[in-house]
Amino acid sequence: MTLKNIVISNLRRRKARALFVLVGLLIGVSTVVGLISLVKEMKSDMNHKLEMYGANILIVPKTENLSLTYGGMSLGGISFDMQEIRQEELAKIKTIKNAANVAAVGLMVLGPITVGGHRILLAGIDFTAAQILRPWWSVKGKMPTTEDGVIIGSEASRVIGLTAGDKVTIRGREFPVTGVLETTGSQDDGLIFAPLASAQGILGKQGRISLVEVAALCSGCPIPEMVKQISAVLPSGNVMAIQQVVKGRMETIGHFQKFSYGVSALVLLVGCLMVLVTMMGSVRERTVEIGIFRAMGFRKSHVLRIILLEAGMVAAVAGIAGYLAGLGATRLLLPLFTEGQGHAAVTFDPVMAAAAFLASIMLGIAASLYPALMASRLDPNEALRAL
Amino acid sequence: MSYIDAENLVKQYGAGEATITAVGGVDLGIDKGEFVAIMGESGSGKSTLLSMLGGLNSPTSGRFLVDGVDVYALTSDERADFRRRSVGFVFQNFHLLPYLTLAENVMLPLAIVKMGKQQKLAAAIDALARVGLPDKATRLPNQISGGEQERVAIARAIVNHPRVILADEPTGNLDTHTGSEIMKLLTTLNHEGITVIMVTHSNEYARYARRLIRLSDGRVADEETKLQCSQSRRVNADRTQKRRKKSRKKVRL
Repeated sequence: MTLKNIVISNLRRRKARALFVLVGLLIGVSTVVGLISLVKEMKSDMNHKLEMYGANILIVPKTENLSLTYGGMSLGGISFDMQEIRQEELAKIKTIKNAANVAAVGLMVLGPITVGGHRILLAGIDFTAAQILRPWWSVKGKMPTTEDGVIIGSEASRVIGLTAGDKVTIRGREFPVTGVLETTGSQDDGLIFAPLASAQGILGKQGRISLVEVAALCSGCPIPEMVKQISAVLPSGNVMAIQQVVKGRMETIGHFQKFSYGVSALVLLVGCLMVLVTMMGSVRERTVEIGIFRAMGFRKSHVLRIILLEAGMVAAVAGIAGYLAGLGATRLLLPLFTEGQGHAAVTFDPVMAAAAFLASIMLGIAASLYPALMASRLDPNEALRAL
Repeated sequence: MSYIDAENLVKQYGAGEATITAVGGVDLGIDKGEFVAIMGESGSGKSTLLSMLGGLNSPTSGRFLVDGVDVYALTSDERADFRRRSVGFVFQNFHLLPYLTLAENVMLPLAIVKMGKQQKLAAAIDALARVGLPDKATRLPNQISGGEQERVAIARAIVNHPRVILADEPTGNLDTHTGSEIMKLLTTLNHEGITVIMVTHSNEYARYARRLIRLSDGRVADEETKLQCSQSRRVNADRTQKRRKKSRKKVRL
């Protein structure tokens, strides 16, 4: 017979009361776990979608000129006359602190050419990186597999009258057109895309890069921080975050996160009040019992331990059950918040499980502290007079 | 100096004009191994005095010493330790915890003592054997009779080997036969060296004590030793017989 035996026996006898405490904490813990998991998975899902948007960091050469383009209209005085970035410098991107978060680096060289009497912009790119950086691309035909192949934007295709399977002659070299891009609604529609090395050769820009697109995984890597890191290793480049996309999405998640924390705090408070009221009732109900304990020589601290141990045991069960319930609720609700994309998968998180378990015990004990103190301070004689 | 010494113990409740004096200056000395019965009308202060003797109820004034130690000068925890080591309480309503078996109930005072599980169980079984219930250890309180519950309460009181048993109306809820058995049990424990202090309303059960203290309005009104008790009982018996004879004569007339 120990204090633990007394507690366990009492919990067995007063199942309804124990259940009430359990439910109070379980609702609190499961709500917190559910909301935190939901926010986490939503972040993951949004990051995935962000990746689908392609590049979120742009590196262009530093220039003293200002762009004179607006709404797709070029007013002259820019772009192609600016200095280029040296290709070998770009390897430094892989040395930044958050290098692991770089999903793809897309190098691009740009230069004007004439095809069939039309001035057109030639873009030399890495087609493998392009598939990550421009996931929305849809090609009629296929991507070039050799250095000789090119693909043409839909608008350029229409203007110069070339389709997949044709051949195009650029500065005396003949290239097969392996595919035509479906309309993207972007500047890509008016370009001819060739493999990077070929384009550098055509344009006479070997080892030179006009701009670099970087796709960064946002989870755990704030884009502005990565921009700083890349700027530090590439002093000749002007590194910019595609702010609108990043900020907008992050703000949305941030607002939801704050709302979740607010709701969690409120639900936890209600749960704690449930525990407090139930434990107060329990102490009142057990006044005589406490009087007997004290008459038999139990110290105040023994009574305190009995009450807190009881709350702690119930809270531990609530912590485990609450975590599992929260996880289950997240699994049910996630498709509603992520439009059923299924990119975010709710999995067992040992850290969160441990946190839920410990937080539940701490809250249970904190909420029971006052009733426990009240019980320990009961005058044994007064308690026995309640006989 | 006695083993237990109460020096002008006073207990008052309330304040000002609403002050109620439950115990109004009791001087008492009880030696080791005594069996004392405290009697008195309801409200005479018996139970209040008993709770003060058990270290449960601080007196408004006066001193209470056990083996030379001023019990109410001790801290709350020290007083709890004193109760655990020196006092066994037997309550009128038994107050066994309904969710514990008899053995577990008896082991309750040992729950806060550093002892092995088996040692505690052995002590509980031994205490149950001493009160005649060695084979009912695994039963719950609601599975035994009132007399047996009282025995379990006594077993719980003696499991710690206290020097004093304080019994508050231990026979109050029992029939005469069972009550007598409980009194015999208390007498046996007393013969084993335990000091027994018992509050009772019953003259019948008070005769088991070697000393009788009568309280009236919170003060000791009268004290009798065993011999005096016997004599007074004889006088009472003679008077009763005379009354009966008189009434018989009246009936004959």
